[in-house]
Amino acid sequence: MSWQTLWELRDLLAFAVLVSIGYVVGRRIEARHFTELRERERSSLGLPVLTARHVDPSWDVADAALVTGIAVVSIDYLKLVAASLRNFFGGRLATYETLLDRARREAVLRMKDAARARGATVVLNVRLEIASVSGFDAGGYGAARAAEVIAYGTALTIR
Amino acid sequence: MAGPDRTHGLVLTTIETVPGRAIVEHYGLVSGSTVRSKHVGRDLLASFRNVFGGELKAYTELLEEARNEAVERMCAQARALGANAVVNVRFSTSSVAAGAAELYVYGTAVRVA
Repeated sequence: MSWQTLWELRDLLAFAVLVSIGYVVGRRIEARHFTELRERERSSLGLPVLTARHVDPSWDVADAALVTGIAVVSIDYLKLVAASLRNFFGGRLATYETLLDRARREAVLRMKDAARARGATVVLNVRLEIASVSGFDAGGYGAARAAEVIAYGTALTIR
Repeated sequence: MAGPDRTHGLVLTTIETVPGRAIVEHYGLVSGSTVRSKHVGRDLLASFRNVFGGELKAYTELLEEARNEAVERMCAQARALGANAVVNVRFSTSSVAAGAAELYVYGTAVRVA
């Protein structure tokens, strides 16, 4: 293959390199993140996080406060390509499902960290909100694409 | 999370009450919002991140700043009304333009005893 042909193929080569990086590095980062999430979730099981809003009258509440956790997780190049192919054929976007799952769980864990820092016993009425600074849902005009999650709830310290 | 400096000493909850305390007065809806856009430097770094995947720390910080500012504005408004707590707090977001986002926080200002 001559240099001339290689030069003509440069876009294709760049694409192949980016996809490979996304596949190798992106998958490794994701796997590591999931392992880390599982460990942290296990170690924070002592602090219940509820979507319930009921405060039991028998509780002697010493402190109540708003706690939040924010996480922004970027896609990798392979996910981007897989998503655009999927958009063409339609169907389930598994690569985005794991992305959103990671961002949500990370945000909840950070919220739990904030609650634990206050010495909370329980977090009530937890809500999750997705933001879109990166234009994740706007189709992205060459902008970075990421899942941005805000988790928030009421941390109670019960005596 | 927003400390005492940002909340103006107010108690914030996402439920209808402040547990352990009684609501003695309602002041109605209070809200705070901020519209933030990412700057080119952040976006450039983020687009590199888009190749590898993983957390976008710059964006996380951006959102944290936005949250702090929105909460602070809501609390200042509640404080001006004479409230000492805001209950039923909710966060909401909207995308006004590509690359910019609004973070809106609202709740009911109350006085607790």
